[in-house]
Amino acid sequence: MIARRIRRGAVALLAATVAMPALAQTQAPADWAIVNARVAVGDGSAPIENGVVVARGGKIVAAGAGVAVPAGVRVIDAGGKWVTPGLVIAVTDLGLVDVGAVSESNDDDADKAVFNAALDVSVAIDPDAPPVAVSRTGGVTRAAVAPVAGNAIFAGQGAVIDLAATADPVTHARAFQYVELGERGASLAGGSRVAAQALLRNALREARELERRAGLSAPGVAGGDPRMVSSVQGQATDTLLTRFDAAALVPVVTGRQPLYVHVDRAADIRATLALKREFPALRLVVVGAAEGWRVAGELAAARVPVIATALTDLPGRFETLAATQSNVGRMKKAGVKVAIGNFYDGEQPRYAPQYAGNLVGVARVPGATGLTWGEALAAITSVPAEIIGEGDHFGSLTPGRAADVVVWDGDPLEVTSGVVAVYVDGVAQSLVNHQTRLRDRYRHPQEGSLPKAYQ
Amino acid sequence: MGRTAGHVLAGLALALALPLGTSAGLAKAKDEKTAPASAWNENPYPSTYRAYPGEPVAIVGATVFDGAGGRIDNGTVLVADGKVQAIGDAALAVPATYRRIDGTGKFVTPGVIDIHSHLGVYPSPGVDAHQDGNEMTSPTTPQVWAEHSVWPQDPGFSRALANGGVTTLQILPGSANLIGGRSVVLKNVPSRTVQGMKFPDAPYGMKMACGENPKRVYGAKGQMPSTRMGNFAVDRQTWIKAAEYKRKRDAGKLEERDLGMETLADVLAGKILVQNHCYRADEMAFVIDMAREFGYKVSAFHHAVEAYKIGDLLKQNDICAAVWADWWGFKMEAFDGIPENAALLQDAGVCVIIHSDDDYGIQRLNQEAAKAQGDGRRIGIAIPDEQVVRWFTLNPAKALGIDAKTGSLAAGKMGDVVLWNGNPLSVYARPEKVWVDGALLYDALDPKRRPVSDFELGLPGEGDVK
Repeated sequence: MIARRIRRGAVALLAATVAMPALAQTQAPADWAIVNARVAVGDGSAPIENGVVVARGGKIVAAGAGVAVPAGVRVIDAGGKWVTPGLVIAVTDLGLVDVGAVSESNDDDADKAVFNAALDVSVAIDPDAPPVAVSRTGGVTRAAVAPVAGNAIFAGQGAVIDLAATADPVTHARAFQYVELGERGASLAGGSRVAAQALLRNALREARELERRAGLSAPGVAGGDPRMVSSVQGQATDTLLTRFDAAALVPVVTGRQPLYVHVDRAADIRATLALKREFPALRLVVVGAAEGWRVAGELAAARVPVIATALTDLPGRFETLAATQSNVGRMKKAGVKVAIGNFYDGEQPRYAPQYAGNLVGVARVPGATGLTWGEALAAITSVPAEIIGEGDHFGSLTPGRAADVVVWDGDPLEVTSGVVAVYVDGVAQSLVNHQTRLRDRYRHPQEGSLPKAYQ
Repeated sequence: MGRTAGHVLAGLALALALPLGTSAGLAKAKDEKTAPASAWNENPYPSTYRAYPGEPVAIVGATVFDGAGGRIDNGTVLVADGKVQAIGDAALAVPATYRRIDGTGKFVTPGVIDIHSHLGVYPSPGVDAHQDGNEMTSPTTPQVWAEHSVWPQDPGFSRALANGGVTTLQILPGSANLIGGRSVVLKNVPSRTVQGMKFPDAPYGMKMACGENPKRVYGAKGQMPSTRMGNFAVDRQTWIKAAEYKRKRDAGKLEERDLGMETLADVLAGKILVQNHCYRADEMAFVIDMAREFGYKVSAFHHAVEAYKIGDLLKQNDICAAVWADWWGFKMEAFDGIPENAALLQDAGVCVIIHSDDDYGIQRLNQEAAKAQGDGRRIGIAIPDEQVVRWFTLNPAKALGIDAKTGSLAAGKMGDVVLWNGNPLSVYARPEKVWVDGALLYDALDPKRRPVSDFELGLPGEGDVK
C-alpha cells in the first residue's frame, strides 16, 4: 500500500518536472534516448552541448553530439537540461544506518564484536534505509559501503551496492577489506602507531600462514568465501586472530581483495606504501590522505589510488596539519588517481557534487590547485568507479556501461541545481522519500479541514 | 591594552567583598540600594578591539548585494575611515583620494555573519586539551562565559575569513546544558587576546538548548534531566529563581551577587539575547510559551530543522530561525529536516538565518544559502539573490542585536565588506578581498594578506593556500 502510494507519487513528480511520464512508468530496463541535453560523460571531458544519450537493455549505447537516435526507442527531450552518469560514492555507510545517533538503527561499527576482519557488511545492507532514498534523490546510483572500525584496526569487508529501489542492492559482496592506521588505528591497536603496524603485519602473516597450511587459494576456493572453508590442518600455536578473521584476510594478503587503508599523515601514507615490501601482493587503496599532496609522487609511482576527503583544510588532528583544499588537485597533477569520497552519517553522499564544484572554485584562487570541471565530475563518477574496480561496469556514459543516468536542472556541480530524474541500469527511479513527503505536506502550512496527518 | 589580569581580579574581589560591608541599619540599607549597582562591574572583560588601518577604497562596477535585500548592478561602494561611506550605482561620484578597485564581473556583499560558531571553544586541532565548549558538570551553567574558553589562535578563524568572507561570528557554549552560559560576539580578526576580537558593545547572548542533548548528557549520569519533561522542569525552576533574584536586584535587596543569576536576570531585563538550540516544532512552541511565562524573549531558534512546520508561530512571535540548508537525519530530532526549510520560512515571512555550527560549514555559508534557494525554487518559491544574501548578513546581525552597526552596506555602518570573484551564491565563487572595519584583512591576490595563526607556524602546511 505504502509502496504503491510512493510509486504513484514518483510518477506525478517526474511528470511535472521533466514531462516524460511514459518513461517514468517504466519499471524494466528500456530502450530510450535522451536528446537535446548538455551531456557530461564523466570521464574527465568537458560537457557536450546538444548531446544525445542512448541506452538499450540497461546499458549505454552511445553518448555525445551527433549521435543518431535509433528507431523504436523512446525519445526524451531534456529541454537543454544537464545529463551525467549517476554519482558513485566511495566510501560510505549507505544502507548501514537509519539514523546515525540511534544506535539500534546504526550498523556502522561493531565495537563489542569478537570478530573484525571477518565482518561483512553485505549481509546487513538495507535498501530501505532512509538515507538510501534521500541519496538516490540526490543523484547517487552506486556506492562502495564500508564499515567503521569498532574495536580493532580491521573494520571488516565492504560491499558495492546500487541504489535502485530493489530488494537486492548488493552487486559485489566482500569487495574490499578496510583497515585503520593513523591516529584512530593507533588508539584501537593499543595506544600507538607502533602497535597498529605490529598488529597489521602479524595479521597478514597469520593469513599467509593459514593460506599456506589450508590451501585456501586452491582452485575452486578462490571464488567462494574463504571464511567458510574449514580446515583440520595444523593450526599455529601463536595465533592472535580468530580463525574466522584470519581466513578473511587470506584474499587480502594474496591480492585477491583490495585493502583500503585509512591514513592521513604523510608519514603514515609512506608506512602504508612500505607494506608492499613484505606483502608484495597487497592491492592498496589509501582512504583519507589529507596530507597526500606531500607524498603525491610516491603514491603515483606506487600506482596506489586515493579516496580523498575533498575540502579538509584544517589541522583538525595532528595527523592533518598540512591539510589544504589544494590536496586533491596536487595529487591529481602528480598522476595519482583520486576520487572524492568518505561520506558517513552527517556527511551526506548527496553533497558530493558540491564538494567537486568547490575544487573547481579553488582552481580560480591564485596559488591554489584545483580541478577542471570535467575532472571534478569524474572525481565523483568514473574515478571512484575505477578505484573500486567497477570502471568497466558503471561510472561514465561510455558504451557498455550501466545506464546509470541523472538529469539535472542546471550545472550538476552548482549548489543551486537539483536532480530531475535518476535511472539505474536504465530504469527510472522514484524520487520520493521521507523528506519530499514532508515537503509536500507542509508546502502550504495552514491546516485544512482535517489535521496535517490526513493530508 | 591598558587592562591587566591583575585589574580584572581586583575588580572581581571588590565586588565580592561588598555584601560583607553592607550590614543592618537604615543608612546601610540606603547604601545597599546603590552600592552593588555601582560597584558590580557589568563589563569586566571589555572589548579592546580597534579597527586596523585601512585606506579609502571605491569598489566600482561590481554587482552589489547590500545585505538588506537591495541589489545594484554596476554599483559603487565607498569605504573610508572604517565605515561604509556610501553605496550607489555607476553615477555615484568617487572622490579622487579613494583607491579604485575594478569590480567588473565580481560581486560585493556585507561581511558574512555566522550566528552559531564554536570556533575557539572547540578549536583545531580537536584534541582533548582543547575541548572547552561544554561545561558538562551541571544542566544549567548560566555563570560560564564562552569568551573565557575561546582560543584566539584557532586556525579555523582564518579559514572562515578566507573561504567564507566571515567578518563577525557569535561563539556559543555547547548544547550539553539546558542553559549553557553566555556567548560572545567576535570580529573575525587575528588577535593575541579574546578582548581584542570582541565586537564592541555587542549585547551578550545566552545559550539555551532543548531536546536530546541535555537529557542524554545528564540522564547518562543518572541525574535530572533525563527526559524532555525533565528539561522543562529544570528550566522553569531556574527561571523561577532568576525572577526572584531579579526582583530583589531591582529592589536593591540582594544579599549576595550570583554570577549565573546575574546573567539570567539580564535576560529577563532584555539586555542579554537568548539563542536557543531547538530542533523540533513541538518543543519550540513550548519554549515560546515558557518565554512568555517568565517574561523573556527568544532571539533565534538555532538548528530549527522543523521550523517550517510552525512558520506562523515564529513570525507571530518575531523569532528568527537559524537553520542549516540540508543537514538531516543524523539524530532523531533531525529526522524531519528538509532542504526546503529556509525557503518555506522565507515564504511565511520569517526572519531566516543560515548558520554553521561547524568549522567547515562556516567556510561556505553562502553556498549553503544558495542550496536552500535552489531547493525553494524547485517547489515554486523564487527568492531573489539579494534576499538570500540577507540570510547570512543582516538577519544574523538582527538576531545578535548588532544590525545597527553591521550586516548591510549602508552609510555609517562598519566597513565589513566582501568582494567575491563571482556570484557568492555559486559554488565557484570565493572571496577575493575581505575588509573588516575598512581594513583589508584578506586578499586572495596578495600572499601577504593571509593570516597564519601562531599554532601553524613552523608546522607542515604553514602558509599554504588553504
